[in-house]
Amino acid sequence: MLIATFGFFGMHDIVQIGVFLLALTLLTPPLGAFMAKALNGERNFLTPVFGGLERRFYRICRIDPGQEMDWKSYLLAVVAFSLVGLVALWLFQVTQAYLPLNPQHLPNVSWDLAFNTAVSFMTNTNWQSYAGETTLSYFVQMAGLTVHNFVSAAAGMAVLLALIRGITRKSTEGLGNFWADLVRMTLYVLLPLSIILTLILVGQGTVQTLSGYAHVTTLEGQKQVIAVGPAASQIAIKQIGTNGGGFFNANSTHPFENPTPLTNFFEVLAIILIASASVYTYGKMAGAPRQGWVIWGVMLAVFCIMLGVSLYSEYNFHPPYVSTPSMEGKETRLGVTNSILWEVTTTVTSNGSVNSMHDSLSPLSGMVALVDMMYGEVIFGGIGSGLASMLLFVLLTVFIAGLMVGRTPEYLGKKIEAYEVKMSVIGVLAPGAAILIFTAVASVTKVGLSALNNGGPHGLSEILYAFTSCAANNGSAFAGLGTNTVFYNITQGIDMLIGRFVPIVAYLAVAGSLAKKKSVPPSAGTFPTDSMLFGFLLIGVIIIVAALTFFPVLALGPIAEHFLMLAGKTF
Amino acid sequence: MDKKSDLRLTSTFDRKIVLQALVDSVKKLNPKTLVRNPVMFVVEVVAFISTYVVIREIVTGHESLFNIQITFWLWITVLFANFAEAIAEGRGKAQAEALRKARSETMARRIDDGKETRVNALDLRKGDIVVCEAGDVIPVDGIVIEGIASVDESAITGESAPVIRESGEERSAVTGGTKVLSDRIVIRITAEPGSTFMDKIIGLVEGAKRQKTPNEIALTILLSALTIVFLLAVATFPPFMIYSGKASGTSVHEFITLPILASLLVCLIPTTIGGLLSAIGISGMDRLIRKNVIATSGRAAEAAGDVDVLLLDKTGTITLGNRMASDFIAAPRISVERLADAAQLSSIADETPEGRSIVVLAKEKYGLRAKEVRDVGATFIPFSAQTKMSGVEIPATDGIGPRSIRKGSGEAIKKYVADLGKTFPQSVQKNLEEIARQGSTPLVVVENGDVLGIVQLKDIVKGGIKERFAQLRKMGIKTVMITGDNALTAAAIAAEAGVDDFIAEAKPEDKLGRIRGEQANGHLVGMIGDGTNDAPALAQADVGIAMNSGTQAAREAGNMVDLDSNPTKLIEVVETGKKLLMTRGALTTFSIANDVSKYFAIIPAMTGTLYAFGKPFGPLAALNIMRLGSPESAILSAVIFNAIIIILLVPLALKGVKYRPVGASAVLRRNLWIYGAGGLIAPFIGIKLIDILINALKIV
Repeated sequence: MLIATFGFFGMHDIVQIGVFLLALTLLTPPLGAFMAKALNGERNFLTPVFGGLERRFYRICRIDPGQEMDWKSYLLAVVAFSLVGLVALWLFQVTQAYLPLNPQHLPNVSWDLAFNTAVSFMTNTNWQSYAGETTLSYFVQMAGLTVHNFVSAAAGMAVLLALIRGITRKSTEGLGNFWADLVRMTLYVLLPLSIILTLILVGQGTVQTLSGYAHVTTLEGQKQVIAVGPAASQIAIKQIGTNGGGFFNANSTHPFENPTPLTNFFEVLAIILIASASVYTYGKMAGAPRQGWVIWGVMLAVFCIMLGVSLYSEYNFHPPYVSTPSMEGKETRLGVTNSILWEVTTTVTSNGSVNSMHDSLSPLSGMVALVDMMYGEVIFGGIGSGLASMLLFVLLTVFIAGLMVGRTPEYLGKKIEAYEVKMSVIGVLAPGAAILIFTAVASVTKVGLSALNNGGPHGLSEILYAFTSCAANNGSAFAGLGTNTVFYNITQGIDMLIGRFVPIVAYLAVAGSLAKKKSVPPSAGTFPTDSMLFGFLLIGVIIIVAALTFFPVLALGPIAEHFLMLAGKTF
Repeated sequence: MDKKSDLRLTSTFDRKIVLQALVDSVKKLNPKTLVRNPVMFVVEVVAFISTYVVIREIVTGHESLFNIQITFWLWITVLFANFAEAIAEGRGKAQAEALRKARSETMARRIDDGKETRVNALDLRKGDIVVCEAGDVIPVDGIVIEGIASVDESAITGESAPVIRESGEERSAVTGGTKVLSDRIVIRITAEPGSTFMDKIIGLVEGAKRQKTPNEIALTILLSALTIVFLLAVATFPPFMIYSGKASGTSVHEFITLPILASLLVCLIPTTIGGLLSAIGISGMDRLIRKNVIATSGRAAEAAGDVDVLLLDKTGTITLGNRMASDFIAAPRISVERLADAAQLSSIADETPEGRSIVVLAKEKYGLRAKEVRDVGATFIPFSAQTKMSGVEIPATDGIGPRSIRKGSGEAIKKYVADLGKTFPQSVQKNLEEIARQGSTPLVVVENGDVLGIVQLKDIVKGGIKERFAQLRKMGIKTVMITGDNALTAAAIAAEAGVDDFIAEAKPEDKLGRIRGEQANGHLVGMIGDGTNDAPALAQADVGIAMNSGTQAAREAGNMVDLDSNPTKLIEVVETGKKLLMTRGALTTFSIANDVSKYFAIIPAMTGTLYAFGKPFGPLAALNIMRLGSPESAILSAVIFNAIIIILLVPLALKGVKYRPVGASAVLRRNLWIYGAGGLIAPFIGIKLIDILINALKIV
């Protein structure tokens, strides 16, 4: 039985993955259709529940939800909102000792760690340089982090909605209202889903309490402090909102966060569900479901390729002195397949929660996690931002394909011209540029290297992973790198800001430009973007862009490590 | 014709042009001009840096043959790209030279207050009056205000048959540089020096005023962005190498020298498309010129590829210019032979193509030999606008009474018959309607007031035009026929020719309205026109091709001029525009796909000794899947391949990627296989071959 569970890839593994993919496929259309309705302010079955709250909110904040914003106003609203959230969260942390709900009397957080954490949660990254249970008070976790877990996800969705409107509307400036998008996403999508998931988790035994840490005496008579807290509710939104910042430092490997196989299944599904459904929402809003399905198919295909490579690598992992597959860094309750499914899911989306130590993955499996993030979290990706970045890739693919068929490229009837190309490449390539620059600096400077626990190619992978995770707003860690230093807190903070806001500027600029354009009706000379052929081309463009940018550094990191492992040497 | 300058004749690889291009490619090394091409500018900068390294090495006595060769090939890369551009420009330059020479030698006879003075053509101003007689070259563009002359326009059209230019509305425009063959005309100059039609052509064929087209700008942005990313990938590589060197205890400094990094960068940035981009643009214009179409801007040539609605005049484009007699339909109790005979008699003096076609049909169908008007002593009654009839009066001979034959439209004949107090048969009226329904024009023939029957005149749709329109449909282009005919006739011809839509009884303003309507729906409209009344529509259309035979107004309104005045040219223009875009797209894909193999050549060469732990090669040597001889030969092979692929693709850039009207998906699939998959595989083979050669020659 033990061998059957850990030894090789068997039928039950296929069933687990199959059930996951089936559940994802079945839930995508209904949730996507619901979001298309609710997020555009149409009446839906939750209107009786939240409609009053929504209207009251608009009244108090003096918001006219019908007031259209052009792309610059929309951007200004996003940035202003994020900045206020950033400053507030930073202030909460550096003053937490004086604030309520701090039963453990945790001291104020240092300025640089507070900056890193504030940026991290505001940008939907949830990189954690701190250990949750020993650094942050309940107040900061709830009023600060949990709020950001909701609104950073909602803001991501809002910019996607603006981009979709830009693509689908004709001859207008208006991209919708940021405040209305933000409120609707939070109220109608994130909140209900979080409540459902919280109930499931609590039902399965995930901790949810506001009392102080438990002091127990173990069977051996030892005194032990067991950290508890309002975990279930925060875990729900951490998964639903592609946030990933765990309540406990061990994240979803911790039995209080992820107690049973069932919670594991729902948590991993929750990571990817909204991102997947939003692709359906896009097809619905564009009035062309096939356009959505082709993009969804591309995402699923790349997801499966990545999962396959990672599983293959794990089950053929041959470190010299460990059994195959390696259980190092994995939770025995969950096993290899579930760990790898989670690994790939959490890195393709910008979630970043973990249920195993990515640092201990086989080299190629670790590279899968890296590459997932390197192509900019476009395979499902973060809430909103994933599909939005994918749409930038779509525009670039359309541009190249359009030239190859001899026609000024157009997407859904909108001509793709110099401005859209410019903004799309900036949005797609800026995070990659940040990754390369910061990793290069860290890999040859004392401040960068002093944080490193491992040597050899693995050390390079660790630094690379840290900056890749931040630029991709993922937040998962390879660990092995003590990043709570001023150097890493600041550089990673900047890395996260670039990874979040440069693409957002690009989405909205593209949206603004496309919204103004007339729509060209398709003809036989127009290249259809809802075909398999386009899907293949899109996959090719995504992989080639990532591969060409990162091949040299990947060669020196995980690829070198892989070949060395085959030669019997590990790091 | 000694100065015959048919734009089509000059060959691209003329020896003189190649020599000139070689000189120009060196001149183009000037960074000030090269900076307009960001990709190649980067190559030049790193070539400079590499040169500096080599010179320093030579001065200090540490010269390395490898670095010298690398540097040499970096410069060759830039020169090859320059050569591609120069050769594309060369043809145009040679052409422009000939045209300019002809113009500067021209003298003009200016008339001031009745006095004639000889002045240089360059001194003429707008509004001046000049006179030209047989043998004179028309100095500058103008309008004939007096007289009629035959003019040889071969200098701009390549067509040696002379054309008639006369005062009045339709054929009054004359072009500077053309030659009066007979008679005398007085011309009012309409263009300032430097802005004449000939000046424009010179500027265009020379490529001097070439501006980047919208798609070219967009592509340049994409290529620049890729260049920046690769610059970052290469610039950040030394730190990673230093880290890895330390971690593995290996010395890496000999692998991160400036020439090697320069090689890596130049191989990665899209030099293939970057080097050929402007050549593709120039040759696109050039291909139009070869088809005897002058585009007033590259933008127009590119827009032609996007046209999805074509407005075509029926006459001359879809149908042969003239209607032809196709059938005789006799009235009740009249023999067809009698009708044919009368119709033939009434047409023997009628020199119009329609008239001649009646004579021919009668002869072919009923063996009636055409008689001469003089033989029968008849008087021909020409067509007049008042009666809308023509005919013949034959005096009585041999017992046959005088015959008065008329033919004309149904309406005109009805009136004629009624005036003579006779009746117009009901069945003939029915036939009239039936014929109109078929899209033909009926002519009623009447003798001495008795209606004999109808001659059916049919529009003859040009051979092969239906297939052409089917092709256009596959290309995604809708065709709209414009005709002055009534709706019935128009529908019948539209069906026969296979156009998608038509506008019947069209007035000039209908064309304009239709163009605006299509544009409002997001379509790009192309049209071809010649008359002054076409000018607004030509100006409104996205691609307006004016026929050179047309009026000055029309030529100025359009953004292309067809020197052959051939209306079907529009289709070829669209194909040329598509080819232009496709060539860019295909070479971009090729260029990017190439990078994969270059990584597999250069990265293992640079990193192969890392983590070797005492052995000669470390784990990353496994990436050397091409099994290239040595690190040096691997890097050099990649650089050489990168340079020579530019020169190998010059013919493709100039000729353009093949276009087949088979629908967008099929075109894309084909191009992806050839340029995408081909771009992945070809360099693996190329680099390997070069590596074998280098190792055989032992040059590194």
